[in-house]
Amino acid sequence: MKMTGAQILIQGLLDQGADTIFGYPGGQVLPIYDALYDANIRHILTRHEQGAVHAADGYARASGKVGVCLATSGPGATNLVTGIANAYMDSVPMVAITGQVPVGLLGRDSFQEADITGITMPVTKHNYIVKNIDELAITLKEAFHIASTGRPGPVLVDIPSDVSAGAMDYDDPGPINLPGYRPVLEGTEEQLNKATAAIMAAERPVLYIGGGVVSAGAHEELKKMAELLVAPVTTTLMGLGGFPGDHPLYLGMLGMHGSKYANYAVCECDLLIAVGARFSNRVTGKISEFAPEATIIHIDVDPAEIGKNVRVNIPIVGDVKIVLNQLLPRLAAKLPGAWKDKISQWKKEYPISFKENGNLKPQQVISEIYNVTGGAARIATEVGQHQMWAAHYYTYTRPRSFISSGGLGTMGYGLPASLGVQVACPEETVFNIAGDGSIQMNIQELATAVNYELPVNIAVLNNGFLGMVRQWQELFYNHRYSYTELSNPDFVKVAEAYGASGVRVTGKSELRPALEEAVRNSKPVMLDFVVEREENVYPMVAPGAPLNKIIG
Amino acid sequence: MRHTLAVLVENNPGVLARVAGLFSRRGFNIDSLAVGRTERPDVSRMTIVVEGDDRVLEQVSKQLHKLVDVIKISDITPEEYVDRELVLIKVHCEAVHRGEIMQVADVFRARIVDLGRKTITVECTGNDGKINAFEEALRPYGIKELVRTGKIAMMRGTRFTSVSGVRDED
Repeated sequence: MKMTGAQILIQGLLDQGADTIFGYPGGQVLPIYDALYDANIRHILTRHEQGAVHAADGYARASGKVGVCLATSGPGATNLVTGIANAYMDSVPMVAITGQVPVGLLGRDSFQEADITGITMPVTKHNYIVKNIDELAITLKEAFHIASTGRPGPVLVDIPSDVSAGAMDYDDPGPINLPGYRPVLEGTEEQLNKATAAIMAAERPVLYIGGGVVSAGAHEELKKMAELLVAPVTTTLMGLGGFPGDHPLYLGMLGMHGSKYANYAVCECDLLIAVGARFSNRVTGKISEFAPEATIIHIDVDPAEIGKNVRVNIPIVGDVKIVLNQLLPRLAAKLPGAWKDKISQWKKEYPISFKENGNLKPQQVISEIYNVTGGAARIATEVGQHQMWAAHYYTYTRPRSFISSGGLGTMGYGLPASLGVQVACPEETVFNIAGDGSIQMNIQELATAVNYELPVNIAVLNNGFLGMVRQWQELFYNHRYSYTELSNPDFVKVAEAYGASGVRVTGKSELRPALEEAVRNSKPVMLDFVVEREENVYPMVAPGAPLNKIIG
Repeated sequence: MRHTLAVLVENNPGVLARVAGLFSRRGFNIDSLAVGRTERPDVSRMTIVVEGDDRVLEQVSKQLHKLVDVIKISDITPEEYVDRELVLIKVHCEAVHRGEIMQVADVFRARIVDLGRKTITVECTGNDGKINAFEEALRPYGIKELVRTGKIAMMRGTRFTSVSGVRDED
């Protein structure tokens, strides 16, 4: 059957199960948009390409499916770069499709030409430029395969407009052949045996879990293992929801803004089992003093993560879910002992807390969002203090319920991501927890929310500062608040101008009614919480300090 | 320590940029890199000489493996192998020195490939040490131009590197 490149692209998307894409039209994607006009695919028009890529990311994180975004050549493509880098750092499955100038105009600095495959090489799992229509179908198939298998990540496919406008007799592309891409999914007997022996010999084990547990869907296995071994579980920011936050064995986060008890436990454990985590500098603190007494088992699907940042005694390369299923039958149940008592003692002694003083505190806002939603909401965040409070004061009991930019730390991520989450989970309550700085980085996506009737609740913790930077200036730069104080627009009026609801909350008594109304309301709502201006995120480990030097 | 890696890659556009970009952004030091096609037109082979301890080498190898276009990496350093590099050197040469320079070339089994009015161009192949020694021997005459290919290498005997790893000819 004769098909255009654009039609082949859409056929490929449908074959891969992609029924929703986030995009923004432009010159070199006109043939693709023409095909989308009557295609059986839902297209969400964002108001900026960065909105599209973050929305696709949020959609992918909430649903577990591959997120798809589409942008034109040149500035459209370069506007995707931050979002692609964000997805790469957090291992989010994504296919980004960009238009490109026609093949004959490549390399001539043509209008809206950018070498997007060159630009995104370091921030994609793989990328392609399709210069021949014959290669389009198979390339798309490969792109989805690479994006969603092994360690997931973004793949970019750049399509010159003469390829999308061209036509050919379409045939199914057949099986893919990637000799250089064969993810290892199962642990080897030898490593499993070594790990089993170390686990059974340990007296003070800690499970340290990351986003890999969530993306592999290994939360059930992880919980079984923790309960079997009576091993406390600490998570990274990316791992939140990978283990029930209300479980007695849960320690909260570790690292820079981890709980004291999680950090103490890591410092004193004799066995650290890292599962789908990558020992980021925000987690380890001073690397030479990280888990000094522990044998380290590291389970990860990406062999390059093993030994990258810390010495590992027992590496197991494989899919986290498969490896845990291999390990579980080898393990015998343990009884609670002195280690559990010690941790319970720490938990009692050093709870995460804040001081009330009559003013509206940002932590109260998060706690109240938790109370009002019964912990059942999907929470997206921007990046900064509000993100850490959202991690501390909301309890995540299921995977894919905390959607946040972990590795790259992208301000402006949360609002478009929350729209992607809402598209993936239309029946659920979705919040974007934001700061007054971050929300302004992609505030134009309010128009998208209103346009598609996506009833996200945007909670702006408005302290009139770039709060996290101000906190560092207070603590490490002698209170010199250099360019961190913000003069803000009236967020209520901004919301209303876009056609959303806007509500200002200044006191504790208004908190609950405002949140209840927002959740009940089927419109997008922006809640402007005017909170304590110079509240700090505690506990905190100073950058480069060991984890037990934790303050606050 | 210096390691010699034989890297088989898919002969796709951009593969060299992917490999070179990876080395620079991860802070790995390339001593030399030589690339060309193999007995299979769809497969190219890179010989990469890289400096670093075992930990660095482990990361180099693992990060290279993450590139979809990279099919196989073999660190042949611990193996018995033949390595060669080719150099072209254009040396300043007054007529009176011509015989002398030709004698030097002879010692290194180099070949004269071109003569100019006041220059002589020689080609020499060998391992790193020999090429360096040859260069030093010619330096006093005045080297006008020098170009090296970078090292290529292959295991000795029946062992060989293929897309399915290091194997033995049965």
